[in-house]
Amino acid sequence: MKAYSYFPGCSLERMAASYRLSAAETARALGVELRELEDWNCCGATAYFHIDELLAATLCARNLAMAEQEGLDLVTPCSGCFKNMYFTRAHLREDPDLAEHVNTALAEDGLQFRGTVQVRHLIEVLVQDVGLPEIKKRVTHPLRGLRVAPYYGCQILRPRKGREDDEQPRFFEDLLTTIGASPVDFPLRDRCCGGSLIVTHRQAALSMAYALLQDAIDHEAEVIATVCPLCQVNLECYQRHVNRTFGTNFGLPVLYFTQLLGLALGIPSQRLGIGKELISPAPVLARVGG
Amino acid sequence: MARTLTFEQEIANLFYAMDSNPVQACIQCGICSGTCPAVAFMQHSPRAIIAMIRAGQKKAVLASNTYWACASCYACSVKCPQGIDVAAMMYGLKRYSLWRNHYRTVPLGADFSRRFVRLITKYGRSYEPGLAAPYVLRHGFRGLLDEIRTALGLLRKGRLPLLPHRIKRAESLRRVIWQILPVGGRA
Repeated sequence: MKAYSYFPGCSLERMAASYRLSAAETARALGVELRELEDWNCCGATAYFHIDELLAATLCARNLAMAEQEGLDLVTPCSGCFKNMYFTRAHLREDPDLAEHVNTALAEDGLQFRGTVQVRHLIEVLVQDVGLPEIKKRVTHPLRGLRVAPYYGCQILRPRKGREDDEQPRFFEDLLTTIGASPVDFPLRDRCCGGSLIVTHRQAALSMAYALLQDAIDHEAEVIATVCPLCQVNLECYQRHVNRTFGTNFGLPVLYFTQLLGLALGIPSQRLGIGKELISPAPVLARVGG
Repeated sequence: MARTLTFEQEIANLFYAMDSNPVQACIQCGICSGTCPAVAFMQHSPRAIIAMIRAGQKKAVLASNTYWACASCYACSVKCPQGIDVAAMMYGLKRYSLWRNHYRTVPLGADFSRRFVRLITKYGRSYEPGLAAPYVLRHGFRGLLDEIRTALGLLRKGRLPLLPHRIKRAESLRRVIWQILPVGGRA
């Protein structure tokens, strides 16, 4: 069983509890051990970078330093946390002066950043390290005929982390195909949902969510799958607000990719946090035996 | 002799620690504005903001809502043919306006960021109700009703945290933060 340090991120504590449950269940079923960092802190989201970059880097570096003590690569299911910690690691490794400054601060907590562990997103670990052939072998309840809009969102793809394809990514569609579902063509799959603006610029955020929901409906999706808690909350919990603002009548369920994967692996829906939605996926899932 | 930087040079300097070309490289092609999902809500498009920075229109740039309407999705940054990290520039403008106390002229964004930082300094983790609640009256009466119904729905589903979670070493984290930026009082 391959082990990783695990950084769930603040949203998973409550708001995205179903992501926490389904990530743990699917990882276990696929032989991946996620060891939660003992006293992790918030990655800083976008707000810290608005105030001070060095401070934002320090917050992320504290988590990275704790993962280094464990000697395990750091995995997170949140795209925002992933992007912040990925680039903090990269910047600190490129800039020894910056790293030294951050380390002076971290010493107050008995920690030191050395840049020895990698930062990974959970979907990347499952698709690349476990691998699609291995996942396919373990699928007992393929989600046959379920039309899923694979919503990548922004931070998992951008800024570009390495040599991956940020224009025509395939990994989400490939995973959905592996579990028997039918990924729909979803042109806006990498367009921002506006989640980070939901408090500060409500009108912009709702308009961005509206465009995505309409696009998913236009392409006959029955459910949207996400890889980020902020996207899930914005697209699901604010669908009511979108409907009122734009005169629409959307009722499109939004699930985490780990929930769909878990169902395909035969994990009971309750253990995947299904039932915690504001827009129930039950009618759609009933059709595929979920 | 002390040299005064132009506004354009100041903004170029904000590309700190970024692997990016400076705003001077801009060819005004407008791809940033074309890819931006929030451009309809900006007083000036990203392309226009860069042109205004280069023309030294400091007041108009800082008074614009453009950088606070940026959702940091980096669509512009990965598409720019000149390798300018436009989203990083928007972050830079946010910091610049906060430092210069221009933030009172823009809606919510700056206030929200400051509230967020105070929360993390205190608890070490985020707490959604503490972030969203101060703003519920900003979205109109219908918006408030929507907000209440959503909050009740989340509460019923056990998704609303009732109390913030304080990390165990919150005091050490506070001392760490204080080494960088003396916010939230003495460590």
